[in-house]
Amino acid sequence: MPRLKNFKELRKLRTQLQKDIKTRTETSTTITVGMGTCGISAGAREVMHAVLAELEARDIDAHVTTVGCIGMCHKEPLVDVQQGDEPRITYGNVTQKMVPRIVDEHLVQGHIVEEWVVGRVAAGQEG
Amino acid sequence: MTEQHRADILVSCLHGRSPELIPAFQEEIRRRGLVDEVKVVEAGCRGFCAMGPVVLIQPDGLFYIEVQPADVPELVEETLIKGRVVERLTYKEPATHEAIPHYDAIPFYSKQMRHVMRNCGMINPQSIEEYIAVGGYQALDKALTSMAPDEIITEVKKSGLRGRGGAGFPTGRKWESTRQVAGDVKYVIANGDEGDPGAFMNRSLMEGDPHSIIEGMIIGAYAIRVHQGYLYVRDEYPLAVKNLGIAIEQAREYGLLGEDILGSGFDFDVKIVRGAGAFVCGESSALMQSLEGKVGEPRPKHFHATERGLWDRPSCLNNVETWADIPLIINNGADWFASVGTERSKGTKTFCLVGQIQNTGLIEVPMGITLREIIYDIGGGTPAGQEFKAVQTGGPSGGCIPASLLDLPVDYDSLVEAGSMMGSGGMIVMDDRTCMVDIARYFLDFLKEESCGKCTPCREGIRRMLEILTRITEGQGEMADLETLETLAKVVQSASLCGLGKSAPNPVLSTLRYFRDEYVAHIEDHKCPAGVCKALIEYYIIEDLCTGCGLCRRKCPQEAISGEKKEPHVIDQALCIKCGICFDVCKFDAVGVR
Repeated sequence: MPRLKNFKELRKLRTQLQKDIKTRTETSTTITVGMGTCGISAGAREVMHAVLAELEARDIDAHVTTVGCIGMCHKEPLVDVQQGDEPRITYGNVTQKMVPRIVDEHLVQGHIVEEWVVGRVAAGQEG
Repeated sequence: MTEQHRADILVSCLHGRSPELIPAFQEEIRRRGLVDEVKVVEAGCRGFCAMGPVVLIQPDGLFYIEVQPADVPELVEETLIKGRVVERLTYKEPATHEAIPHYDAIPFYSKQMRHVMRNCGMINPQSIEEYIAVGGYQALDKALTSMAPDEIITEVKKSGLRGRGGAGFPTGRKWESTRQVAGDVKYVIANGDEGDPGAFMNRSLMEGDPHSIIEGMIIGAYAIRVHQGYLYVRDEYPLAVKNLGIAIEQAREYGLLGEDILGSGFDFDVKIVRGAGAFVCGESSALMQSLEGKVGEPRPKHFHATERGLWDRPSCLNNVETWADIPLIINNGADWFASVGTERSKGTKTFCLVGQIQNTGLIEVPMGITLREIIYDIGGGTPAGQEFKAVQTGGPSGGCIPASLLDLPVDYDSLVEAGSMMGSGGMIVMDDRTCMVDIARYFLDFLKEESCGKCTPCREGIRRMLEILTRITEGQGEMADLETLETLAKVVQSASLCGLGKSAPNPVLSTLRYFRDEYVAHIEDHKCPAGVCKALIEYYIIEDLCTGCGLCRRKCPQEAISGEKKEPHVIDQALCIKCGICFDVCKFDAVGVR
């Protein structure tokens, strides 16, 4: 453990450490990966790891969470992106290779990757 | 060194069964190959003791109660792999039995205001990194880089913060006095010698968020210009001692304690001193004697500790909760702090809710909240079928407040007016099965043991009052005893040396004030209305209700119950020792007390 020399170093350290507890702080962005048996067999776990790695590499504030089967098994792996009050966008048949583009275009630039979208739910209209 | 996870499992209740829970979770996470995705965190107390062990899954905020190691595989499979809620382990609304899976929707939490306890159960208390990540040592940064010592003292004064140990002395004024007294060597001391039976606020704070106390102490030391601090913790709190020790060690390694703190030129260090667990050592002057290695006895207050305290040096002693409030005040400002609470009691206060109450646990509420809100909205009221009778605030030497005063706001002054006190925050709820004479006797018995014996009013006065109370509970009391009790109580109150003696008569005076009729019933009618005092009660079988099942007969340790199968039984009063087992085991309410 390095001894901190000044308060600037403390502030820098805090920024780094905040990543560790991201799951416990508000981010307003949630990425949901379908991890039912269907999702897992279609490669959802690898996709989720790719999402986690991409978020970390690009230093993006977002929660990653998993859900069970939603019934669209043929479109698995399914990845939902929900930002604040925006509609929830569902991408289908997502592969590891597709993850960087989704993160880059949707989360960073704010453009939905329309060609991969298989569904959208307006906020507050779920269930 | 950083690694993002998709979920954190925050396991609380480290005193209960969760020492087994943590390895169980770790093993299951490993077996399922989730090590890179899910982190298991040993977190501090979340306060909902009635429902422990509790587990919080973040980021979803799913709250699971009474989790046992056997539940772990299902919980991991359902929630962390399939993303589903395990309804079986969620909190249920007592009236509707509706499941409330999310932490913040549970009434026990939604009525609270968790400021000083904000990190308890949210971070790993043994990790300074997690504390820094949630904003720890930010207040220290602000104080040391942008505030002059006087400014800090002004801010604390303006916040209206009063001592959380119970006496409620304005913290800022104490700091100012210590600063103004001449002298090169001064001390700051944190009092973690929580001794009230049934109280564990300070314990949970020391265990769950030790750095917040240390941060408060560094800021205070900087404001008062002190270079040495002591943390006095009772040795019966091994986990508190351990976590504080780890925290101090980590703070030193990072350069947050020691010489030239983060290049500011300010030196300060803290040492833990373990107390042997005497109740009186929670009293400030006795605590300082104990710190010096002497017998923990209070001394007369010819001069204040702020002038001549530890080793006759100016010393500023605050409760650990008071210290933990400091970073909040510095970060958010005095106005923010003062926006919560009443005219003369600001901020929030932690309380331990114990006794005859549904939701036993540790809570934090804004000052000025009513007893009714605490007991009914947060505590869920008394157990089904029992009527609320009284609540004792302020520990063993606090007073008992009756049902008629349930709308009393909880603040320093209102409680004193009602004949009780804030104390460090114990709250013991009693229902109609509690005898108020017996409870006064019980607390005096505790205080008799804990009185250090240095001054006569406390040593002898408590003993005499206890003798009288014992006589009354045995049916040997006289009406004149009540007057003697009152006279004795007033002498002990005014002539004792320290706070222990001065407050010791509270249980007697408050029960005499609000429950005098119970005393009279014991003395004149030789009856204990609550059915507690053994010498005055008799268990009997209600013939009409007795089915002759024989359960009480088999359970009676004295073989005092006889009867034929399917015929009403009878208790032989000569053999009965009034243990009450028959009363407890009868399924037909056929055992009565008179």
